[in-house]
Amino acid sequence: MTNSLRAPYDGVVIAAPVTIPYVRYSIESAQWWIGRALSALVAQAGIKASDIDGMCVSSFTMGTDSGVGLTQHFGLCVRWLDTIPLGGASAIAGLRKAARAVQARDADIVACIAGDTNHVDSFRLTLENFSRFNQDAVYPYGAGGANSSFALIARNYMRTFGVTREDVGRIAVAQRTNALCNPHALMKTPLTMEQYLAARPISDPIHLFDCVMPCAGAEAFLVMREETATSLALPAVRLLSTIERHNAFADDPMQVRGGWAMDVGELYAMAGVKPDDLDVVQTYDDYPVITMMQFEDLGFCRKGEGAAFVRQHDLTIDGDFPHNTSGGQLSVGQAGAAGAYLGLVEGLRQVLGTAGPTQVGNASLALASGFGMINYDRGLASGAAIFAGPSR
Amino acid sequence: MIDPIKPPRRKNPLLRTRLPALPPRPRSRTSHGFTRAAAEGRFVLQRCEACGCFAYPAREACPSCLFDGLTFVEAPRRGMLLAETTARVPSDVYFRERAPWRIGLVKMDCGPTIVAHLHADCVEGAAVRMSLQLDKSGQAVAFAHPEGETANMADDKQWREMTADPKFRRVLVTNGRSVIGQEAAVALRAAGAKTVFVGVAEPWRPFAGENLLRGQDGIEIVTLDAADEKVVADLAADIGGKVDILVNTTEYVRPGGLLDRRGTSIARDEIDQAYLGFINLAQAFGPAMRMRGADGINSSAAWVNILSVYALANWPAFGAYSASQAACLSLSHSLRAELRPGGVRVMNLFTGPVDTEWFQTVPPPKVAPRAIAQAIVSGLKGGLEEMYVGDVAEEIRQRLAANPKALERELDR
Repeated sequence: MTNSLRAPYDGVVIAAPVTIPYVRYSIESAQWWIGRALSALVAQAGIKASDIDGMCVSSFTMGTDSGVGLTQHFGLCVRWLDTIPLGGASAIAGLRKAARAVQARDADIVACIAGDTNHVDSFRLTLENFSRFNQDAVYPYGAGGANSSFALIARNYMRTFGVTREDVGRIAVAQRTNALCNPHALMKTPLTMEQYLAARPISDPIHLFDCVMPCAGAEAFLVMREETATSLALPAVRLLSTIERHNAFADDPMQVRGGWAMDVGELYAMAGVKPDDLDVVQTYDDYPVITMMQFEDLGFCRKGEGAAFVRQHDLTIDGDFPHNTSGGQLSVGQAGAAGAYLGLVEGLRQVLGTAGPTQVGNASLALASGFGMINYDRGLASGAAIFAGPSR
Repeated sequence: MIDPIKPPRRKNPLLRTRLPALPPRPRSRTSHGFTRAAAEGRFVLQRCEACGCFAYPAREACPSCLFDGLTFVEAPRRGMLLAETTARVPSDVYFRERAPWRIGLVKMDCGPTIVAHLHADCVEGAAVRMSLQLDKSGQAVAFAHPEGETANMADDKQWREMTADPKFRRVLVTNGRSVIGQEAAVALRAAGAKTVFVGVAEPWRPFAGENLLRGQDGIEIVTLDAADEKVVADLAADIGGKVDILVNTTEYVRPGGLLDRRGTSIARDEIDQAYLGFINLAQAFGPAMRMRGADGINSSAAWVNILSVYALANWPAFGAYSASQAACLSLSHSLRAELRPGGVRVMNLFTGPVDTEWFQTVPPPKVAPRAIAQAIVSGLKGGLEEMYVGDVAEEIRQRLAANPKALERELDR
């Protein structure tokens, strides 16, 4: 492991993990969902909205609004503000920025929120208007959206490393088992390996249960200094380390690894822990093959051993490698940018011991990762964080 | 290996005609560098003038050295198909109706990776040859072909969306009295057109070359004088619903500019025939063609204009004629936009002086009518939008790009 020269996150904590339960379609706006999350944050933390002096928001469906419009919309007066359009990497990126803001006392309490609505046509519109490279050079090619782009990556990865659909399916099936414990998961029926394998093809080799279901929802948490949490008597999670990387390995002709592989040494060194020490892992599961890639790039096994890793481990809540305990996006749903927050927020609940029916026994140390923005031919943004609960 | 497409059955008049949908249209302004090349059938990529690296998709700065001088230049077409997928549930109506749709990621030998439509005979891990095509929205897309020839190659389902191949289609050639019209009719029939209707004004009057058309299998002479609104409308009422490709070969060439003519009667004839004739044809046949852009194997597909290259730069020796051609060129751009919702292409062929009677005193090189006919066929098969036929046309194109003012002075002789 490499030594990190970065300043530690001493004294930075995360509190009040909030999930606004998802619905498949919503006639409400993204602003409504973000408003619900903000309200829940205030209620859960026992503070006034005016105590929030920093905000960081992520959303695909806010229309012409950015964070500043939301301050007036919600009657907030903040001295630190950010809008993070990094898709699945938004939560980690937001957490990193908020952590440094409170550490430097640019703000005392930062609300990190992601929320998106899902109107009947909004997912297609998001696909159409995703990025310039996507508009120019991807969407006009079959309009398969992320499914087709990830299909190309999955096909190449699976062929290169001899991975079968059944290997990848283990991740989806285990997450569905977890989701059955989560009353808010949109998927409420068990998924067998036979059903997974028999699902209809969407964009080969991506089949139905490799895809997330777009939905509406919101997720949020507060970032503050430890003494603030103590004064509010708020149970809080200590932030130990983070990494973030964009457009890594640009010379790889196709994506077989994400930016985590560049920085993973620093992730563990900064936290002073080893992969084995983790009690819970929450990866970004827009497609199970991307989760398999994260098992490799986040140091749980070597490159090309992801399939063997999932064969050797039980990824359910009660298993030896509790992973995506809420069911992940694959089973809970992908509420736009809130999908980035889903794993992190569930990880916070796990180490706080407040995860309820999905709680892993004695969980105190967790990792959450993010991945986002398939701008052209690969996901560009990646990040990860390690954090510890009060019992550690 | 592709099965040959089958001749379509006669259309059931009781069934609703399926309306055309178009593939996604939005592109960045810079990306239209590809549109420009695709219109002429060229393959280009952006190349950095400073470090020489090729880039894709269209960018504003070089990803290797940040220099902003990225020029669209002819690029090597060879690449390797890294991975493919078949989109079965696209989110867009056009592709959903045509699913399954196959795409792939191609690593070009010259560097960039390109998401491309795949010809059915492309194989993962094998070499492919890339071209830029105009899709039904008229926007440039990358299309990967197998490196060599394969059986029934042009019948590929996805390729046929990119072209206006005459095979099994019905064509109207508007002027069968001209040698160009006659050669075009014969060439289109030979290219697999089911029927070629050939318009002839007052067809009971004998004309030179009549034997090439009359009584020939698959060629049908119809009464048409483009300048006569009533005659055009009558013909459209008769065959307008089965014209898949319209080749406007209307020609009316007279020498002279402004000062050596007296009055406007010749100019009026030029306008009547070329410009108003174009309008008559467009108004009579355009609406039905726009409706039938997705009507199966023999959907409407293209409108072809034969224009003088002097539409682009006036040649005073034929000054008024050049102006009538410029008017038609401008009109063709309006027609292109108006036919767009049907996915119907408008192809303009620019020619220099043709080897016909009205250019008798013009020295060679002149374009053989047969060369124009062959260009029509190859342009339709390649899905082109702009073609320059013959040495004169090609030279004018280059000189216009180099220095329009020099061209103007030098044509003034």
